[in-house]
Amino acid sequence: MRIELIQPFINAADAVLAETLQCSTRIGDVSMEEEAYRRKGVASMVTIKGDIEGRIIFDIDTPTAAKVASYLAGSPMPESVEIARETVCELANMVIGSAVTTLNDQGFRFKINPPVVHVAELGEKSSEDQEALVMCFDTDSGNIFMNIAMRYTGRRRADNRPV
Amino acid sequence: MEAFPVLIRKDRKAIRYLVVDDSVFARKNVAKMVESFGGEIVGEAGDGCTAITEYDRTLPDMVLMDITMPQMEGIEAAERIVRAHPEARIVMVSSVGYQENIVAALQKGARHFVQKPVKSEILYEVIKYVMGDDAAVATPTLQGN
Repeated sequence: MRIELIQPFINAADAVLAETLQCSTRIGDVSMEEEAYRRKGVASMVTIKGDIEGRIIFDIDTPTAAKVASYLAGSPMPESVEIARETVCELANMVIGSAVTTLNDQGFRFKINPPVVHVAELGEKSSEDQEALVMCFDTDSGNIFMNIAMRYTGRRRADNRPV
Repeated sequence: MEAFPVLIRKDRKAIRYLVVDDSVFARKNVAKMVESFGGEIVGEAGDGCTAITEYDRTLPDMVLMDITMPQMEGIEAAERIVRAHPEARIVMVSSVGYQENIVAALQKGARHFVQKPVKSEILYEVIKYVMGDDAAVATPTLQGN
């Protein structure tokens, strides 16, 4: 896993969570996942295609989702699976949008698809050229998990320019 | 939420907004902000197609439009609205804020861009700027003696 590919996502998650939840975030457990992805709560997945390909999964439990949803909506929200789904998709949208902005400014071109709710208990196994990094963000509202599996497929547009 | 001086139209009526976002939370959040500026939400839409229909129905003073949405994306919806209503004031509100995206939106007729997560002070200033001379900060009326 190339650190320059995932760093924008980590920075974006840190900034978006801090801004949205009005608190500082701490990065808790970080691990490389070799086995198939196992869903922890309600998850949303965003796929990326282009110079960089892969997927990012956000995963959150229902009580944490209700707290995050209350910040997003600006008023208290009840605990429900539907609200958790909406919350995790909106968080994914904001974090990935911000990260993509950074990567695009670095010269990478790709297309992101809107977040979809990840309903399967297990995801695909990581492959040799697409390991998954799993990290946990500790926030005052609870833990938010981000699982990134990404790889280069091409070179940046700037790298392809004739010298 | 921070308190802002109320922004009103020149005719002293509330500024009317159409909020377009596929996320219910994002719509609620933006709606809450503009209401705190003294605005009125006259319509909401969760995709570009509905945004066009809602624009025709409500003829708002301003549209706050997300970019990445199902069915029809925000930039295409903005282009169609501006083609039919050249006076439309559309502000794109998106987490995807890279230069090409912003330029594309402005070329299609959007007036400004605000990046998510939306900060109320930035949204307030953008609305004030885009409304220009058609809006004013309301001055409080003196009560009684």
